[in-house]
Amino acid sequence: MAMLRMRATWLKQIRVFFEERGVLEVETPILAPATVTDPQTESLAIHFRHRDYYLQTSPEYHMKRLLAADSGPIYQISRVFRADGPGRLHHPEFSLLEWYRPGFDQYGLMQEITDLLARLCRAHPAVADIETISYQDLFARYTDIDPLREDKAALLSWCDMAGHECPTGVADSWSTALDWVLSIIIQPQMEGLSFIRDYPADQAALARLDTQDPRTARRFELYADGIEIANGFEELTDADEQCRRFEQENQRRCLHGQKPIALDESFLMALEQGMPETTGVALGLDRLLMWESGMNSIRETMAFGWQAGQ
Amino acid sequence: MASYSTNEFKSGLKIMLDGDPCNIIENEFIKPGKGQAFNRVKIRNLKTGRVIDKTFKSGEKVEAADVLDTDMQYLYSDGEYWHFMDQATYEQVQADAMAIGEQTQWLKEQDICKVILWNGVPIGIEPPNFVNLAVTETGPGVRGDTAQGGVKPATLETGATVRVPLFIETGDVLKIDTRTGEYVSRAKDE
Repeated sequence: MAMLRMRATWLKQIRVFFEERGVLEVETPILAPATVTDPQTESLAIHFRHRDYYLQTSPEYHMKRLLAADSGPIYQISRVFRADGPGRLHHPEFSLLEWYRPGFDQYGLMQEITDLLARLCRAHPAVADIETISYQDLFARYTDIDPLREDKAALLSWCDMAGHECPTGVADSWSTALDWVLSIIIQPQMEGLSFIRDYPADQAALARLDTQDPRTARRFELYADGIEIANGFEELTDADEQCRRFEQENQRRCLHGQKPIALDESFLMALEQGMPETTGVALGLDRLLMWESGMNSIRETMAFGWQAGQ
Repeated sequence: MASYSTNEFKSGLKIMLDGDPCNIIENEFIKPGKGQAFNRVKIRNLKTGRVIDKTFKSGEKVEAADVLDTDMQYLYSDGEYWHFMDQATYEQVQADAMAIGEQTQWLKEQDICKVILWNGVPIGIEPPNFVNLAVTETGPGVRGDTAQGGVKPATLETGATVRVPLFIETGDVLKIDTRTGEYVSRAKDE
């Protein structure tokens, strides 16, 4: 019950926080005819009136359509669904806090996240002291791998030397190999709160590329003791480029024997009409609650955990 | 050949790894928000008993191990092999010293054990959690000798040595917990 009270308090505090800053709360469909093409994110489908509808994996596309319609800054606390887990940090259904700030760059939004954490996370005075580090520097700190220079041989020989057995198939793609090094080797060693920024360009389907260094994208993530909490982008606003990236993802899906996903035409049309330059972030509320309260799994922060059918 | 996808992984699942049958002890699903998912598993090699950590790319397929836990009655040992019988089919199997390992000290004829069969061949056995064994030899136990915590060693009919309370005498039948190798009580008359 203490967890439920804390969750309720947070919801209240989040609403006050955004009201003070003039960010509008919105609600968008949870069930929709389109979904993400990302090969790593599988949606749950519901059959209704002779066709498939998808439980949304994030309210992103709908919220961007609102931005394109000049909504101004908006936020949403929503239930989202992914065909994942369940595990310690994963749940097929979970709570996402997502917000968009037209006119902000990634640093502006990281500051706002910091302000919000200062409001919510009383048990961790360390929120006043969040580190910001680039993806490349993070790898340099824990490994000898340069994520921006694709060199599989170097990666494998470093893993070998450090005593980490790279599973089969991981080195087939550079971005998968980087995911593996980050989540299996680096994350367990990370402590405190940190923003990781400047992700490799191909790890950011909806972010704009850095104009100074096009090998990196304007994507950042927040980690708390090695747990991924939030993921933010300076959003891609170019409809053609977005369409190309969706198609690339669909090709990769086919390559892996997954069903291609129909492109979200309404979303692409909204981009075509013009979405303002904006930075947005999605933050896993259950994980942040878990971290703040010292729980071991997100299940413990929920009123009812996932119940498998018989 | 049967196989499992990583999303079917759960503790207790038997898979093949580097040619050996293994048992999944723990399975953790790890996934970056926008990236490749992995399964980090703790696996016990059923032949060597060694436990290792390993990660798999999610979605990968792994060969299933044809491993079966069967309740069988222990019959006898001929010195080289230990013989077991399936009480339903009367089928008999023989296990070698590798498969029996240290469990030999808890094997009493006619007890029902769990035999782990891989492709029909025993690779390990689990004796019952509790066995009743007679004491073949134990010292008198000097009263007042509490330096030993009031216990003394006793040798059992299977050759095992356990620590028992001072009042135990040769010929007593004792209930032993085979998982810890500890004395539980004197066996009740049954």
